[in-house]
Amino acid sequence: MIYSRILGTGSYLPPTVLSNATLAERVETSDEWIVSRTGIRERRIADPDQKTSDLALHAAEAAIASAGIDRNEIDLIIVATTTPDMVFPSVACLLQEKLGIHGGPAFDVQAVCAGFMYGLVTADAYIKAGLATKALVIGAEVLTRILDWEDRRTCVLFGDGAGAVILGASDTPGIRHAKLAADGRYKDILNTPAQISGGKIQGMPYLFMDGPAVFKFAVKALADIANKTLSEAGVAQSEVDWLVPHQANLRIIESTAKHLKLPMERVIVTLPEQGNTSAASIPLALDTAVRDGRIQRGQTVLLEGIGGGFAWGAVLLTY
Amino acid sequence: MENIEARVKKIVAEQLGVNEAEVKIESSFVDDLGADSLDTVELVMALEEEFECEIPDEDAEKITTVQQAVDYVTAHLNK
Repeated sequence: MIYSRILGTGSYLPPTVLSNATLAERVETSDEWIVSRTGIRERRIADPDQKTSDLALHAAEAAIASAGIDRNEIDLIIVATTTPDMVFPSVACLLQEKLGIHGGPAFDVQAVCAGFMYGLVTADAYIKAGLATKALVIGAEVLTRILDWEDRRTCVLFGDGAGAVILGASDTPGIRHAKLAADGRYKDILNTPAQISGGKIQGMPYLFMDGPAVFKFAVKALADIANKTLSEAGVAQSEVDWLVPHQANLRIIESTAKHLKLPMERVIVTLPEQGNTSAASIPLALDTAVRDGRIQRGQTVLLEGIGGGFAWGAVLLTY
Repeated sequence: MENIEARVKKIVAEQLGVNEAEVKIESSFVDDLGADSLDTVELVMALEEEFECEIPDEDAEKITTVQQAVDYVTAHLNK
């Protein structure tokens, strides 16, 4: 039996910090309002000339260095993103060119904020099937570019960034169990409906969200899939050393942790400094906690995320 | 009935982080107890859990006071 395990992690945040105070000068809001409802204090904004593939490149190079591999060993690239550089080619192909490694398969997955879960599970399946031995899996976004800066309900929530892992074939797990789910009936509560047609943008090109509806669905779906992932793997809630959740809203994270009976001391939270970076948030949080020494080799880690679609997923692994 | 009222008040106090004595039968979650939109969502979810029922969104929107929560639970519990 072949398993997959995380060989290394990396992440990148663009240098420009946008604080709540600065945002409050642009749109009618306040630091107190944003912090009490979301937990977010500041977020990063990509430079105008930085594209998703540029953020992904920084995160990829950090992950390659941390894994201690030669970049030419990478035989699969999966990028999870909702904000690609262009309609096509995929960010994964553009990144492959920037990394200077050619020939292996490279493609994007689109599951919005759950994209990294979908990408990681896909890479795990490729490795288990013998189709890849070292996969580069990235979540990278410039989500702030699809925000309506006059909509105070949404523009305060998001940030830009990228996170990456190198997933390698292994005799022992690694990834122990994973579950993915989607329910298209919830397409209308979180979306960006625009499309390019006839040389024009058709439809609303900004992110729309029905906050309370998303909140309720997210808390239930995340607790449910996380608990199912644990019970199917025969792992008790108390055996989880770290929960690494998608960083959307502190109150969703707290509510999910409560449903999993996990104290907040065992939950990785990067939201206050980063905002919601969509597909990038889970690998960004993972890399942060690996680098600051909280997540250690051999520990049991549960990743979970949810986003528009709705699409959601959880991955249980031994780091 | 009293039992349901006491259970609802206890949940409201817990969810909104207020003293149980402050929670009156006529209290409005938003106007009297300082709830915001996410608090009310969490409150409805806590009621669903406590009373093992599903409260559809269109019904949940109409539950804005302790009395309305008690009435809803009472009406739907024995169905």
